Amino acid sequence: MLRFLINRLMLLVPVFIGVTVVAFGFIRVLPGDPVEVLAGERGVSAEKRVEILANLGLDKPVWQQYLTYLNDVLHGNLGVSVKTNRPVVEEFFELFPATAELAICAIIFAVIIGVPAGIIAALKRGSKIDQGIMGISLIGYSMPIFWWGLLLIILFSNTLNLTPVSGRLSFLFDVDPVTGFMLIDTLLSDEKGSFLNALHHLILPTVVLGTIPLAVIARQTRSAMLEVLSEDYVRTARAKGLSTFRVVTIHALRNAMITVVTVIGLMVAILLAGAILTETIFGWPGIGKWIIFSIFARDYYAVQGGLLLIAITIMTVNLIVDLLYGFINPRILHQKNKS
Amino acid sequence: MKKTLLAAGLGLGLALTGVAQAKTLVFCSEGSPEGFNPSLYSAGTTFDASSQTIYNRIVQFETGTTKVIPGLAESWSSSADGLEYTFNLRKGVQFHTTDDFTPTRDFNADDILFTYNRMWKEDHPYHDVGGEYLYFGWMDMGSLLKSIEKVDDYTVKFTLTRPESPFVSNLAMDFASVLSAEYADNLAVAGRQADIDNKPVGTGPFVLDSYVKDAYIRYNAHDDYWDGRSNIDKLVFAITVDNNVRYQKLKAGECHVMPYPNPADLAAMAADADINLMQQEGLNVGYLAFNTEKAPFDQKIVRQALSMAINKQAILDIVFEGAGSVAKNPIPPTMWSYNHAVRDYAYDPAGAKAMLDSAGVSGLKTNIWAMPVQRPYNPNARRMAELIQADWAKVGVDAEIVTYEWGEYLQRSRDGEHDTMLLGWTGDNGDPDNFMGVLLGCTAAASGGNRARWCHEEFDSLLNQARQITDQAERTALYEEAQEIFKDEAPWVTIAHSIVFKPVRKEVTGFIVHPLGSHIFYDGVDLK
Amino acid sequence: MNHSAVSSKSTLGQQWQEFWFYFSVSKTAVAGLVFLVLVVFVALFADVISPHEPAEQYRQFAKLPPAWKEGGQMQFFLGTDYAGRDMLSRIIHGSRLSLLAGSIVVILSLSIGVLLGLIAGYRGGWLEILIMRVMDTIMAVPGLLLALVLVAILGPGLLNAMVAIAITYTPYFVRLTRASTLSELNRDYVTASKMTGASSTRLMFVSILPNCMAPVIVQGTLSFSTAILDTAALGFLGMGAQAPTPEWGTLIAENRDLILNAPWTVTFPGIAILLAVLAINLVGDGLRDALDPKLKRS
Repeated sequence: MLRFLINRLMLLVPVFIGVTVVAFGFIRVLPGDPVEVLAGERGVSAEKRVEILANLGLDKPVWQQYLTYLNDVLHGNLGVSVKTNRPVVEEFFELFPATAELAICAIIFAVIIGVPAGIIAALKRGSKIDQGIMGISLIGYSMPIFWWGLLLIILFSNTLNLTPVSGRLSFLFDVDPVTGFMLIDTLLSDEKGSFLNALHHLILPTVVLGTIPLAVIARQTRSAMLEVLSEDYVRTARAKGLSTFRVVTIHALRNAMITVVTVIGLMVAILLAGAILTETIFGWPGIGKWIIFSIFARDYYAVQGGLLLIAITIMTVNLIVDLLYGFINPRILHQKNKS
Repeated sequence: MKKTLLAAGLGLGLALTGVAQAKTLVFCSEGSPEGFNPSLYSAGTTFDASSQTIYNRIVQFETGTTKVIPGLAESWSSSADGLEYTFNLRKGVQFHTTDDFTPTRDFNADDILFTYNRMWKEDHPYHDVGGEYLYFGWMDMGSLLKSIEKVDDYTVKFTLTRPESPFVSNLAMDFASVLSAEYADNLAVAGRQADIDNKPVGTGPFVLDSYVKDAYIRYNAHDDYWDGRSNIDKLVFAITVDNNVRYQKLKAGECHVMPYPNPADLAAMAADADINLMQQEGLNVGYLAFNTEKAPFDQKIVRQALSMAINKQAILDIVFEGAGSVAKNPIPPTMWSYNHAVRDYAYDPAGAKAMLDSAGVSGLKTNIWAMPVQRPYNPNARRMAELIQADWAKVGVDAEIVTYEWGEYLQRSRDGEHDTMLLGWTGDNGDPDNFMGVLLGCTAAASGGNRARWCHEEFDSLLNQARQITDQAERTALYEEAQEIFKDEAPWVTIAHSIVFKPVRKEVTGFIVHPLGSHIFYDGVDLK
Repeated sequence: MNHSAVSSKSTLGQQWQEFWFYFSVSKTAVAGLVFLVLVVFVALFADVISPHEPAEQYRQFAKLPPAWKEGGQMQFFLGTDYAGRDMLSRIIHGSRLSLLAGSIVVILSLSIGVLLGLIAGYRGGWLEILIMRVMDTIMAVPGLLLALVLVAILGPGLLNAMVAIAITYTPYFVRLTRASTLSELNRDYVTASKMTGASSTRLMFVSILPNCMAPVIVQGTLSFSTAILDTAALGFLGMGAQAPTPEWGTLIAENRDLILNAPWTVTFPGIAILLAVLAINLVGDGLRDALDPKLKRS
């Protein structure tokens, strides 16, 4: 187990360096200019501009900037946002819980609906129910989620007035950000009704962000189940007269779990990409909205730091998934070690 | 604190205890402030949250006008040569008491010196704390100031390097908000200098209570405010980025005032009995600039013809959805010296075509640059460019729409890479020179701020004369003449001045729409 | 698809028949194919089919609802946008851009990815390590985010968006091809060709490549549909095709503030994206089932 962990970590080192090069290099070749964006219509004189660039450390040779950058990164210093003058790390971790909360809810939503749907489809293979479930999941898989979000807003918020349009919590509630997870913070606070309100705000973004994972999980669960159901021992169990329910719960769910864990691992990157769109549409104050705003504002250090931190998040989650995988199915450890 | 707000919102509880209900005004603001020191930033959102609530300036704009009135100075005088300004400071002004700071003395000249020297002197211990002093640079204060002297505790003298008639107006701008020197000293001792900008202490009508990014800002009334405690006990900025949502909250009574409504919602707002839709012409102008250094835009007749080819009314209807007025001068009509006599080019595609033919221009291929961002003077530049493109196509001009990232857009257009481009301006201090001098003068043509790159000797000399004198009537005459020349030369197509709408709930009284764009909740604002 | 059959011409027809046999089993796949052919047809003949010029502004008819709604007109069947442009014509012309974007992304990422994957698998050594680590790096950042940053560098526009998206797709093709190449390398026919002195290039492209193609083709159709989605997403965020270009995502973005006022300007382009992507995915599923020997038997 430990060897496996070390092996995986060693594999991550070149990727980590690669990402720092990408984050650093890309930002250097970005056209546009943070000084101009700061100055707006009013502009800035040539001398002032040189001075500001020097303050930002952008006047040194590139390789020197990179080494300084790498050194800073290893010390946990990702620079200061050009726009807000606040450390990038601080901004990221302030907003990260909002995205994490949304992503976790989306995954839970996708699993709760997707796994049973996949199992049912597999058990009723070829039936109308199977076709229906697979049809819907293919539609979900084909969904342009930015449009899906707008559509749900038109329907549920503007026409039916059922859900709030944006944000995480009504401002009438004064909830202290303890964990940054609004569902937990509202429970910790003594504001009555705030938990339900936060939940209410979560519904639409969760559905939108969870749509594609839901479709993928349903499809994957179905094919995993089909495979298991055709295995000899399951056939034997069935032949022996064990009820389908028992067969499913005893043998098939374990397989379904492996599928779900794999899919979640694959989904992290997709969820974070989806978060960019979902957060933009729902005014959700998370890192997706923050990084796209930073790209538009040419906030060099925020984009650079954000890219790196997002990559690290994905690598970390994938590592955890790999480990979990090993727990569920110890055979994998050995196979993976070889490759 | 949290209890009261919720109780006020739900209308229960407090009557039982016999305590008077706190008056809470909620403003659905459009975004998070960049920070709480207005000298470091440029966004109106930041100014609303800092300079207009927490701070005062040495002089201030009267709410609802651009007239300069006493602020922290009770009175001021200037020398005959226009180089020396002496301010007599107000006595008995108290700074806020916060968790981090308890003032031991009243406001005095040291605070003025601290505030200005921090922005001005590079060796000032606080100069490098924070960031760039944007407006201080834009208003060219660094080269304008010669010295700032403390005559006594309540008298300060500014000496200038050249006469500059808009100087006092500059001091009323948000960036010149006065900070506490005593607080700065305390923080320096504690080694927490950055707190001066993040945990603000000012003399203004409201004291910052708490702030959560992208969620809310809460203020309490400043009990010892020098101009009398505000009628509002608690002020909340509920940060609501989406204008549809702001409107829904306003309708639901979750907030009392909202800025920047979606133009498409205005009709419904006007019809709502609970909402008072206030409006005022904005102190801004949106324009299309011809690059007069490039052929054929170096010919006056071509510029005039292309001005005539644009259907401005269609732009007002489609892009502004009526929330604007057609512009004919480079300054807005609410500004003094606006020349009402100027006649605009009427929409006349046939006439325009004929003029282009007479100039020998046919099959012209050109471009229209459109900025990628929404601005107060132009809610949707790309849409505007599409309409102009279609209008010009009718007179045989084939224009391509070009867009760059905002910073790159400004930079490239400053370098004059465009043929024609859309841009605009929002006034800083209500002075006409702040429009015409900055945007159309010869100095600006050289530096690139003048996007038409248009340098007209006669026009420029009128502006220079006006800058040297302080008499407003004399200046008005010069500016009116300059506007005539401008219209005839047509370096810009003046497109629109936006109308600023403020939907305010009926229970709010005394709210005034401020021409400089600030939202002010002091000065007589109250809740019924 | 067995290996010995590939190089001979007479069996190519057989293969095709076999493929079509398995593909046409799925009615939904055939339905998807029919719809896809329809979209291609519309795209090819957009100029003839669309009732109006996509950029023509009928300003007196601005924000007209669809024909079946009150106030709608038959000549603007799906309504008009803020400047009075016909939505139907814009969507028809948009199909060109979306299909073009999808194809170019797939062609670019597939050809570069397959080439790099072949080299990595065949050559091995430091070259393989370098290629695979670069691919790992690309995959470490979410595709859409990486594409956004790339477009920010290259400048917004449809072409740049396509290039950026293609770069983010490349690693999947590299990994697939490398894995298949590695497994093919140990097979007898490769060893045999090596013994007869075939050149590396010949081995790579003539012997190994055709046998890696089935999974690559399936990945290609999957990428085709996600490329259309990602192009639209970039357009929606203002970083893809630029208005007034009628790309579908851009159409949604440019009309987004009319969502309450004129919802049809937002709903119809979205439906167009959904249907096109759905059709391609149906075809993709059919392809996978037809090409995957394991599922064939079941």
